[in-house]
Amino acid sequence: MEQQRSSSGSSHSPRSSSSQPYLSISVTEPVKLGNGVQAYISYRVITKTNFPEYQGPEKIVIRRYSDFVWLRDRLFEKYKGVFIPPLPEKSTVEKFRFSAEFIELRRQALDIFVNRIASHHELQQSEDLRTFLQADEETMERLRSQETGIFKKKPADLMQIFKEMQTRVSDVVLGKEKPVEESNPEYEKLKNYIFELENHLSEAQKHAYRLVKRHKELGQSLSDFGKAAKLLGACEGHALGKAFSDLGTKSETLSVRLQKEAHQLLMNFEEPLKDYVRAVQSIKATIAERANAFRHQCELAETIKLKEINLDKLMLTRSDKVGEAELEYKELKAESEEATRRFENIVRVMNEEIVRFQDQKTQDMGIAFHQFAKGQSRLANNIADAWRSLLPKLEACLS
Amino acid sequence: MMGSENLDSEEAHMYASREEMENLVLDEPSNNNNGTKSFSDYRSAMSSLADTHHPLSSPMAAPADSDPLLTPPPFRDFRNPNVATDNSSYIEPPSYSDVIFSPFDENAVNEINGVDSPGRSSDSSGFLSKSTSSSSDYVKITVSNPQKEQETSNSLVPGGNTYVTYLITTRTNIPGHNGSEFSVRRRFKDVVTLSDRLAESYRGFFIPPRPDKNVVESQVMQKQEFVEQRRVALEKYLRRLAGHPVIRKSDELKVFLQVQGKLPLPTSTDVASRMLDGAVKLPKQLFGESVAVAPHEVVQPAKGARDLLRIFKELKQSMANDWGGSKPPVVEEDKEFLKKKERMHDLEQQLSNASQQAESLVKGQQDMGETMGELGLAFIKLTKFENEEAIFNSQRARAADMKNVATAAVKASRFYRELNAQTVKHLDTLHEYLGLMLSVHGAFSDRSSALLTVQTLISELSSLHLRAEKLEAASSKIFGGDRSRIRKIEELKETIRVTEDAKHVATGEYERIKENNRSELERLGRERRADFLNMLKGFVLNQVGYAEKIANVWAKVAEETSAYTREST
Repeated sequence: MEQQRSSSGSSHSPRSSSSQPYLSISVTEPVKLGNGVQAYISYRVITKTNFPEYQGPEKIVIRRYSDFVWLRDRLFEKYKGVFIPPLPEKSTVEKFRFSAEFIELRRQALDIFVNRIASHHELQQSEDLRTFLQADEETMERLRSQETGIFKKKPADLMQIFKEMQTRVSDVVLGKEKPVEESNPEYEKLKNYIFELENHLSEAQKHAYRLVKRHKELGQSLSDFGKAAKLLGACEGHALGKAFSDLGTKSETLSVRLQKEAHQLLMNFEEPLKDYVRAVQSIKATIAERANAFRHQCELAETIKLKEINLDKLMLTRSDKVGEAELEYKELKAESEEATRRFENIVRVMNEEIVRFQDQKTQDMGIAFHQFAKGQSRLANNIADAWRSLLPKLEACLS
Repeated sequence: MMGSENLDSEEAHMYASREEMENLVLDEPSNNNNGTKSFSDYRSAMSSLADTHHPLSSPMAAPADSDPLLTPPPFRDFRNPNVATDNSSYIEPPSYSDVIFSPFDENAVNEINGVDSPGRSSDSSGFLSKSTSSSSDYVKITVSNPQKEQETSNSLVPGGNTYVTYLITTRTNIPGHNGSEFSVRRRFKDVVTLSDRLAESYRGFFIPPRPDKNVVESQVMQKQEFVEQRRVALEKYLRRLAGHPVIRKSDELKVFLQVQGKLPLPTSTDVASRMLDGAVKLPKQLFGESVAVAPHEVVQPAKGARDLLRIFKELKQSMANDWGGSKPPVVEEDKEFLKKKERMHDLEQQLSNASQQAESLVKGQQDMGETMGELGLAFIKLTKFENEEAIFNSQRARAADMKNVATAAVKASRFYRELNAQTVKHLDTLHEYLGLMLSVHGAFSDRSSALLTVQTLISELSSLHLRAEKLEAASSKIFGGDRSRIRKIEELKETIRVTEDAKHVATGEYERIKENNRSELERLGRERRADFLNMLKGFVLNQVGYAEKIANVWAKVAEETSAYTREST
């Protein structure tokens, strides 16, 4: 079941090429390529669109995980203030990297990632997106390997770097110890909310993951119990033996059912929760960006003040350095205004984004909850039906 | 359903075999065999007992100090009015209470509900001392009120040994007991004594195994947990004894339950007298004189210092059986018995396996319930958080959705835990029958040791006869007779006579034990079938009931969140 398949119009069908603009993407067919340590998974990315900027109504390319990372990093760099959709984690444990479950989870997450970009009114205009969706594999590889330095770092690392930078700069320029931060109470509230939200969500996600495991474990013990019941039945014989044998068979059937439900739970409940956590982490990266922009603006403002003082001094002494200083001052002024504009833009975008984020998350979680409830209800009904079918015979034996 | 008639005939059978026994030992005055005393008492007990059927731990006896598992507080909230009011431990699935349960089945419901005893049902009783609703008499035993007491006499350790006593309360309406309710204080040692005496008196029966001794230090005894565990185990044991159709009428049990003060049964640790006995016999044994095995002794297996020679002889015999070329004089020819023994062995293995898997199933259900509950709590926290911090309506909507999910998860978690508590009680039947296999082993080994005794005596007799023949042949060669040889022949003849008697008694004992084995096997089979069928039914009903409840809880949430699916695609 796929969630977040919302494209910017109707669904991915070529017939609607006329009226509504659409951009719809599928990430499909994971294939293992390469050998040993170098092995990786490649995906078939199919784009269907009627956007004029695109090369045609349909395009198919082959991409791998690091290509998606490249796209995310570029968008993060270019669209400051936007909550960039999160990517699934790079897998650390070798053992699971190529398990069927992991591969399917990742494929689903990548599909959601790229479609969220396609349905975001700003991000969908991105040139990098077009490159990602259309460039041939060699170009993609070249671009991917060109990325160095800051873009390769995770948002958490970025934040760390900025923190360090800002401490150094402010210490030097302002001779202060404390880092400069916005004094916006609403924004403070938002930051606290985001940080606390991550904690709560992580806990919920952790329990959801455990619940998946419990389903698997219960399935296993039902299977073992069923086998034991059958053996006991063989030993007892007659009606009782048959009763045990039937019970054993039902147990084994239910075991299979539970394993299936465990998988559904993983894909449709635990994964959306994980996705929620990632989204919150992405917001934290944006918060860091904003902080950086704010400090940059502050630094320039301070620098300009100093320059002004210096300029006045020079003018008073009628120094011949005045011209140079004036030029510097003008440049700095322009830079400062630019920095202020950039910061204010981030603020504006973030305000829009937070509304979008809350709406989207309510939607996403609503679907996830519905899937969860439906799944549990179906499972319980299956269990009830299976056991119930044994009762007539048992009643007959006992009467 | 079953029960009454079958037990009647079974008891009649035992009555008959006991009569036989009494005839055999009637002329034996000495009383160091407890069995004798008991048998004659049985006679009187039997005649005075009017109605001797199923023990009924009835719903009428209020489970005052019952197992906490049976009456956990939250259950009361969900009590279904269709269920008998004294039971509060089982939650009736609404659909079933209307459709499936008829008035007759109410009893089945009670039984499934584990009224009073660790949860098994069945109209046949016996092994697991369950409740039946069809008969009117009952024996209900409660073990409670553990107290520390001081060892008064000959404590080698200064400061004294302390031990724990338990208050054992019996409620019964069987006539022949002193009144309808009585209590005694007993310590664990007394229970061991009771168990040992029963093992001697009831050879061939499937006697419920007693709780383990623990080699405990006094520190461990202090531990509340240990004492509580032991209390529960003792109660189970005594109830099982009371549930056995034959043993419940035993003198030993009666005396144990009723006689105040010191338990008037010989203890097995009466080392001194045993040693004395053995010491008296030893010289004779050492000098190889034909000390005949007294008939009264052969009703017990050879053990300990006093039966040294007998042990030696029987060991020799068993080796001859195993390694000797010739077939022993009497063999276990009952092919049907051998088949049954094989089956018992098989059954024991499968029971053990099933019991293990049942435990792992229970763990799986428990874990599921726990994790579901934790998930629910996490979402409750999230809900609270979102509501407190809400700026947008979308947040409030999400909080409301989360709350529904959280509530459902917590409810489901509770249902899983209740389901599991019931599952434990139902599947406990497997554990119980597995424990019973021990008593089956005991009964079978009673049989084989009795057989060995018979075989030994037969061999003994044949070698005695041989000696007598030789002596006579040698003596007849001397004209006028050989006084010393003639004397020896006379002695031998006497020994032969005594040994013949002993063989007769031993054979009788062996046959008696065989019969006990047979009837017990039949009873075991019958009751096991009933108990297991009821266990399966109870287990399945339980699963169905709770699955339905859980399904309803989630269906509601699915309904409440159904708007989201319409919105998405």
